Amino acid sequence: MKIHEYQAKEILRGFGVATPRGRVTDSPEEAGRIAKEFGGRAVVKAQVHAGGRGKGGGVKLAKTPDEAVELAKKIIGMQLVTHQTGPSGQRVKKILVEEALDIARELYIGITLDRAIGRPVMMASKQGGMEIEVVAAKDPDAIVKEAFDPAWGLQPFQARKLADALGLTGETHKKAVGFLIALAKAYVATDASLAEINPLLITGGGDVIALDAKMNFDDNALFRHPDIKEYRDLDEEDALEVEASKFGLNYIKLDGNVGCMVNGAGLAMATMDIIQFAGGRPANFLDVGGGANEEQVKNAMRIILSDANVKAVLINIFGGIMRCDIIATGVVNAIKEIGIKVPVVVRLEGTNVEEGKAILKSSGLAVIPANDMKDAAEKVIASLGKAA
Amino acid sequence: MANWISRDTRLVVQGFTGREGKFHALASRDYGTQLVAGVTPGKGGTVVDGIPVFDSVHAAVKATGANASMVFVPPPAAADAIMEASDAGVALIVAITEGVPINDMIKAKEYLAKGSSRLIGPNCPGIIRPSAKVKIGIMPARIHKAGFVGVVSRSGTLTYEAVGQTTALGFGQSTCIGIGGDPINGTNFIDALTLFRDDPETEAVIMIGEIGGSAEEEAAAWIRANLKKPVVSFIAGRTAPPGRRMGHAGAIISGGKGTAGEKVKALKEAGVHVADSPALMGETLKKVLGK
Repeated sequence: MKIHEYQAKEILRGFGVATPRGRVTDSPEEAGRIAKEFGGRAVVKAQVHAGGRGKGGGVKLAKTPDEAVELAKKIIGMQLVTHQTGPSGQRVKKILVEEALDIARELYIGITLDRAIGRPVMMASKQGGMEIEVVAAKDPDAIVKEAFDPAWGLQPFQARKLADALGLTGETHKKAVGFLIALAKAYVATDASLAEINPLLITGGGDVIALDAKMNFDDNALFRHPDIKEYRDLDEEDALEVEASKFGLNYIKLDGNVGCMVNGAGLAMATMDIIQFAGGRPANFLDVGGGANEEQVKNAMRIILSDANVKAVLINIFGGIMRCDIIATGVVNAIKEIGIKVPVVVRLEGTNVEEGKAILKSSGLAVIPANDMKDAAEKVIASLGKAA
Repeated sequence: MANWISRDTRLVVQGFTGREGKFHALASRDYGTQLVAGVTPGKGGTVVDGIPVFDSVHAAVKATGANASMVFVPPPAAADAIMEASDAGVALIVAITEGVPINDMIKAKEYLAKGSSRLIGPNCPGIIRPSAKVKIGIMPARIHKAGFVGVVSRSGTLTYEAVGQTTALGFGQSTCIGIGGDPINGTNFIDALTLFRDDPETEAVIMIGEIGGSAEEEAAAWIRANLKKPVVSFIAGRTAPPGRRMGHAGAIISGGKGTAGEKVKALKEAGVHVADSPALMGETLKKVLGK
């Protein structure tokens, strides 16, 4: 799960991570008042989940409270387009108004799971403000890493090594060590999957402050963090994906025209791949899971078809736990209820496959049966040609 | 190295009295697995479908000599169940549970490193060996056939696809291992490939990977140095967008790493025959074998 910058900073402050003074608001007038509190100069920051907000025009410096009001008016309600939002952008509902600090240096700190060693790793780089992926590609030696045991946390000596690598000395070095240990503590305690401070600010006075903050969380651990779950902002997520999640369906919208319904994440990905291999483009990823019932299948069909780009549907089920007759019944009922206009190709294999095929056949519906994955992909692509 | 499961495998099922646990425990027994015990804390002393239920894995092992476990315990308690099985000396632990928190798995894996148990999973379909008529898992037994292809995969249903194709071609399977779709798992590709290398029943391997992490690249390096048996592979997720978790917790392209393209390249360089389509895993193997 992703959260907003202001929420991440709230969490981090609770662990003793230094952040700029600031408040979140959806009112331009309030933005002016906050700026005044900070002496007039303030940074107005759009709160959306996507990265690249600065380049998209969502982060601006106000030199006076009046200017803060004007900037807030522009930013609140804007469709902010960044490399992560897609071309239509994301509507800004709230802004974070923060004190403007003097910048001596901008550094990078991030924590994520290192899958190869099965531990969290803290990464540090002197090249703050740049995306870590870009630094990693251009100059991998510029990133210093320290893996740590979540049970023990980041040890002080590890934090000192990282502070050394960042070129910090004296009092600032000491402050950085405290900062890094607190950040690691927050990462572990909240079951985060990412904690990124980019940039990490060194002020002219030598203070160490999280100028930006991004946190993602392990969805599987949210059951023990009801407070963090509260931070979820459904407006930041695709409406169809939210709708699908209500029915226990794993749906991700893509930009092709062949809708697909599959059981199992690996097979769902492979089905997307084979659609492309056959010359088409998948409209979505949809995993109905291992034990879907008729109702879920019906809802899956409805969700796939509410994407107006979908011109044909491929249903690919290899039933292990999942029974093919249940899928078939769900599909038949969905087609009858929704009145599907696009061709539907169905490939069923596994448990109760004969019963499933019989249900489809006796339904009298124009469902196109397929023998295997390849056959299914080819038939669905062929049906696209006919539909057009 | 001997196979991880055999006719001597004595299975205890943790989370036995739940709907899923019971269904798949009995299906494993129907296939031929010696199911000797169930564990559900608070239900010890009862007998369900002829299987004695215990409150702890220790009690089950002591009474029945169980040497393998299948875990259906819900996510919040799954890592604890895995550690309990290890502490009780169970040699093979197969964790089916999906949705175990990463921090819990880090802890469990570290704990397991101190003992001698092998963990398969979590979030996996399990392991099956048709020649011995033994399975610990949720895979549909019917589609399998005793034969010579070792199958290892991060995905459940995609494993069934490979099994279906090799059965249809008459090749059959030696052992099939689902290592699971999570970022941290007990058994990795190299562990399974090592088993296949040393297993006289295995003559060829199908390895099914997916986007995310670098397990396939590590496996490729190992294959190049250690495996003479032919390997066919498929990598799912060529069309997956970066930054999105594709169902499995571990299937995500992050920071530009873990793409299907990188994995395919590494595998091809290691002499692995990569099928472009998931429908062609069996056909590709057929070509490689010249059969």
